[in-house]
Amino acid sequence: MTLTAPARPAPRGDAPPQRRRTARRAWQTVSPYAYIAPFFTLFAAFGLFPLLYTAFVSLYRVELQTPGEMEWRGLGNYTALFGDAFFWTSLRNTFTIGVLSTVPQLVMALGLAHLLNYRLRGRTFLRTAMLLPYATSVAAATLVFAQLFGRDFGLVNYVLGLVGIDPVDWQTGTVASQVAVSTIVVWRWTGYNALIYLAGMQSIPRELYEAAEMDGASRWRQFLHVTLPGLRPTIVFTVVVSTIGATQLFGEPLLFEGSVSGGISHQYQTLGLYLYEQGWGFFHLGRAAAIAWVMFLLIVVLVGTNAALAHRRTRKEARP
Amino acid sequence: MTRLADPPAAPPAAGAAPRPRRGRRSRAGRTLHGGPVAYTLLVLAVLVSAFPFYWTIVAASRSNADLAQVPPALLPGPNLMRNFEAVTEEADIGKALVNSVIVSGSITLGTVLCCTLAGFAFAKLRFRGRGALLAVTVGTMMIPPQLGVIPLFMLIAELQWVNQLQAVILPGLVSAFGVFFMRQYLVQSLPDELIEAARVDGASTARIFWSIVVPIARPGMAVLGLLTFMAAWNDFFWPIVALTSSEPTVQVALRQLGGGYVHDQSVIMAGTLLGTLPVLLVFGLLGRQIVGGIMQGAVKG
Repeated sequence: MTLTAPARPAPRGDAPPQRRRTARRAWQTVSPYAYIAPFFTLFAAFGLFPLLYTAFVSLYRVELQTPGEMEWRGLGNYTALFGDAFFWTSLRNTFTIGVLSTVPQLVMALGLAHLLNYRLRGRTFLRTAMLLPYATSVAAATLVFAQLFGRDFGLVNYVLGLVGIDPVDWQTGTVASQVAVSTIVVWRWTGYNALIYLAGMQSIPRELYEAAEMDGASRWRQFLHVTLPGLRPTIVFTVVVSTIGATQLFGEPLLFEGSVSGGISHQYQTLGLYLYEQGWGFFHLGRAAAIAWVMFLLIVVLVGTNAALAHRRTRKEARP
Repeated sequence: MTRLADPPAAPPAAGAAPRPRRGRRSRAGRTLHGGPVAYTLLVLAVLVSAFPFYWTIVAASRSNADLAQVPPALLPGPNLMRNFEAVTEEADIGKALVNSVIVSGSITLGTVLCCTLAGFAFAKLRFRGRGALLAVTVGTMMIPPQLGVIPLFMLIAELQWVNQLQAVILPGLVSAFGVFFMRQYLVQSLPDELIEAARVDGASTARIFWSIVVPIARPGMAVLGLLTFMAAWNDFFWPIVALTSSEPTVQVALRQLGGGYVHDQSVIMAGTLLGTLPVLLVFGLLGRQIVGGIMQGAVKG
């Protein structure tokens, strides 16, 4: 670390008596803690403690009505979990909805960022408009999209009808409902990611483009060989953040039809919603904690895989 | 100017240049002009972004029967006020709005204060355990708070806070991102010499904090405040766990409206509109700063 705290005040002619100076020095060693104390007190109580304690709770039987009573269950919550078909359904759904929402979102964001990186009229307006969905709450966005995706009178099916496609049952069909739920995620986050990419693109030195142009590289090749490599850290960042977001997807599947089961046959129930159903639908807080712990491990594995892949690609490219 | 929230320490000459500013370094990014294709695609993207809002207004100002028509109505109708009234019968949206203002306002003020204090300490003060504490803070930044929701609920239940606003406010004050954000901001924009000079003049750390750090940190605090406010207003999981429909925030009220018991779609849309308007208002007034904050955070983060 290069930033060092300023030294004690330089000695002056009217130096305070020895006792006062020691007191002051003592205060200077202690006082920094006063500045971090408000944050760390709250952080310890409402951030760190709940995260760590989740693992502990997952080994107990705890019911919602009596959250103060804990009864040792060992790995019982986990065996119950792995024996429940709906757990596996929601795990699978989390994966498929995660892919359906993350991949189009990031690809489109990359394209939009590329366009936004041109010299444009109304640049500020365009950027702000792209970010509008991000300002909307999950609940509000989902309620609107649930309406748009209505089976009988939804606008989406109406527009599909105009081009000769039969109405789709966006609620009951497994693929259709997952596409609909993913659409909400894509709508809310594409603009946000586009701005992140744009910020990354703007920090790529212009000399690189000029050099590429002099070598006769087309715009497309410039995009492939200058923009994309320059964006590597930004892309890894957005992939990690979107993956974490997708793993805990909750509001969209809950409010799409308003049921905790995520559709009549759990066809779009995610792990996050399954956790809520177990904890606040069936009152099994211990079981819900086990799900939270599984989600945590899932995130660790996914993020670790991501990091490893990014690392390997960098190494491969570094080789001649 | 696209980024109002630039650190004041940036060379002033950069702002005076006639050329639009691109990125931190003056010679970064590209300056190719956008063609008609670029504009068409971007306008299309804007329309897709904005259409659901327009549709909310249309649906909220119609009747349920209108919405069940083929072809559907595409222009606003006369029923907006009637639907607003109907919403207040289905869910206490008035109380929800007041509660959301209280909750989001308190979270914003508290978070900005806590994070500026801690960010300053991490950026400019020397103390034992600084590196380790910062590492713990940054390390948990990526862990979704949703994973701690069960112990948190048990804690809140133990304190008898269920269905009370502080159950949402206090956990909402914890922002590891905010601490990191303010630290980065102060590392970049607060020169060490300034603090040293003040110390030589005999100023205490508290005095330095209020008269030097806070004025310099203000733009960063504003951006953090905006992002925190929006996140707090839109937070969903924890409020629906900790609160009920008798003490709702806007999101709790929306969850109630969308819970399957209200069948009039136009009423649901009216509630959605009411709950979204305040954030849209903030966004309309300060959208540029929010855009700047997100892009800045991306470069620093």
